[in-house]
Amino acid sequence: MERISVFSGIAAPLKRSNVDTDQIIPAVYLKRITKTGFEDGLFANWRQDPDFVLNNPPFDKAEVLIAGSDFGTGSSREHAVWALRDFGFKAVFSSKFADIFYGNAGKQGLVAGVITEAAISQIWDAIDANPGLEVKVDLPAQELSYGDTVVPFEIDEYTKWRLMEGLDDIGITLQNEKAVADYEARRESWKPKTLPAKGV
Amino acid sequence: MSQKPLTLAEKLWRDHLVVKGENGAPDLLYIDLHLIHEVTSPQAFDGLRLAGRDIRRKDLTIATEDHNTPTADIHLPIAEPTSRAQVQALRDNTSEFGVRIHSLGDKNQGIVHVVGPQLGLTMPGLTVVCGDSHTSTHGAFGSLAMGIGTSEVEHVLATQTLPLKPFKTMAINVEGTLRPGVSAKDIILAVIAKITTGGGQGYVLEYRGSAIRSLSMEGRMTICNMSIEAGARAGMVAPDEITFEYLKGRPHAPEGAEWDAAMEYWKTLKTDEGAEFDAEVFIDADTLDPFVTWGTNPGQGVSLLDSVPDPASYEDPALRAAAERALEYMDLQPGIKMKDIAVNTVFLGSCTNARIEDLRAAAEIIKGKKKAEGVRMMVVPGSQRVRLQAEEEGLDKVFRDFGAEWRFAGCSMCLGMNPDQLGPGERAASTSNRNFEGRQGKGARTHLVSPVVAAATAIRGTLSSPADVEG
Repeated sequence: MERISVFSGIAAPLKRSNVDTDQIIPAVYLKRITKTGFEDGLFANWRQDPDFVLNNPPFDKAEVLIAGSDFGTGSSREHAVWALRDFGFKAVFSSKFADIFYGNAGKQGLVAGVITEAAISQIWDAIDANPGLEVKVDLPAQELSYGDTVVPFEIDEYTKWRLMEGLDDIGITLQNEKAVADYEARRESWKPKTLPAKGV
Repeated sequence: MSQKPLTLAEKLWRDHLVVKGENGAPDLLYIDLHLIHEVTSPQAFDGLRLAGRDIRRKDLTIATEDHNTPTADIHLPIAEPTSRAQVQALRDNTSEFGVRIHSLGDKNQGIVHVVGPQLGLTMPGLTVVCGDSHTSTHGAFGSLAMGIGTSEVEHVLATQTLPLKPFKTMAINVEGTLRPGVSAKDIILAVIAKITTGGGQGYVLEYRGSAIRSLSMEGRMTICNMSIEAGARAGMVAPDEITFEYLKGRPHAPEGAEWDAAMEYWKTLKTDEGAEFDAEVFIDADTLDPFVTWGTNPGQGVSLLDSVPDPASYEDPALRAAAERALEYMDLQPGIKMKDIAVNTVFLGSCTNARIEDLRAAAEIIKGKKKAEGVRMMVVPGSQRVRLQAEEEGLDKVFRDFGAEWRFAGCSMCLGMNPDQLGPGERAASTSNRNFEGRQGKGARTHLVSPVVAAATAIRGTLSSPADVEG
């Protein structure tokens, strides 16, 4: 994974709360077996409306999404993160993220930052007044800024560290190989095994 | 015993801890059972291949085909090319890596969350994961079960562990006795309406109380299944005699001395007296009505006896805006009685409500009755075994005589990845779990209901309770 530190980009407002992953990418786009190329599925149903925010400049080039609360609820599909990433988003901000989405984002190098609802409204207003507004995301400092405004954001320490170092989760876990083997050695024998198959 | 009293969730966490996280790092937990399906696994297998890694524990891994599979003409090749390719990818991957798979046509094929329990692989005291948010279903056995993303699927395949941040705990206390016509689905829809779709975020839910204790395993699975719709990654019920009775004799259930050893542990799997939850919610089962949704998220639900709410009645501007959007999408006016809402389609299926008990309950309502004109009813058993069992009991005949379509097992119209979709503007009473915009087909409208409400609705053509069709 690429290391992430400080970047700037156009901010797009998504003025809806409770955006579920079925809206971020409808199920029909989940049939691919590749890990890239999901940009066409991003908000596919909403994008059929020509006035949908991401259909028009400058927001079609947006890299930072400012969304309403409870973003990413519903299905566990990681494709939601891939679609946002493939469209060009590097960060999403909301006042609240669904747990699975939040975890998925961290694993794919998409910054998911938590800011207050008041800050979200303020940024939406700033974008309305100045469409194409560029915001700066400073991951080490956990700050989102534009003009003279600096908004601190929350991200859990561990995810931040991993994003900044560009570390792969599996690699980190494999350093604990011995602990895993020790656990397996003391694991109860009544626990189920799928093999050999029974009931077939 | 001077130890700190623990909740059930805390005990399960403690007993699966491989490495305690330090300096903000998550804990590393061992995973006992990993379920796989075709949609969220291809990129995980690719990842293994790219890194030259193997699966650590093939003997704790099992795959089934469910999301894309057709529910009619299953002897033919899957018609839709991308669905066919995805199912084929699963077959190729499981064959290459040596993972057990139950493919279309196999009697053990079905929705992954129905297959695990019926094989006796799901049992108390496990950690269970799957690349599917409704993995919370398996918590009904007193397991810590949760949905994971594709990167996590790859992680579990490679290491049989998962890094996780500890959850907070929430007790959902449901006391009392359900009235006739009210079932597990109504309990969970009422819970979600109460705590909202974000209320469970960061929590593991433990369903407790006399109403939960008196539910069958099927009912408990329905409730735990929709924990994710309340925002919680996992939900659970402490195991008891009903759990043990369900499990005993299933293909993978322990036997003899192993059963005894397991039972000794399983009986410790309950929240200790004096243990504290981070949050508590109370639901009165005595006064609960059948529950239905009117909007486009599962928290937008009311009693079936109620009316569509007026968005103006919401003080919170975000909730008000969401209600306005939902009513526009659903093409509903505030104040309409829920029972006056007419549907075109009734869908009885999904990992929420397609187990044998659900089919029996629905069949009981429609037996000897006529389906409303112009209403289509589709019955999709949760698994092939459920289908076979239902046929043995003659339920298929009840459904067919009524005019319903009797299908093969799969996720089907719950999310419409296969040909089972609603058309634009069509309205369904659905026993599934999500009423999101476009979930069951582009422009389609979904009302979430219980199996018996689905059955009664198919008779009258409008949202109805079993009491409305008695006699």
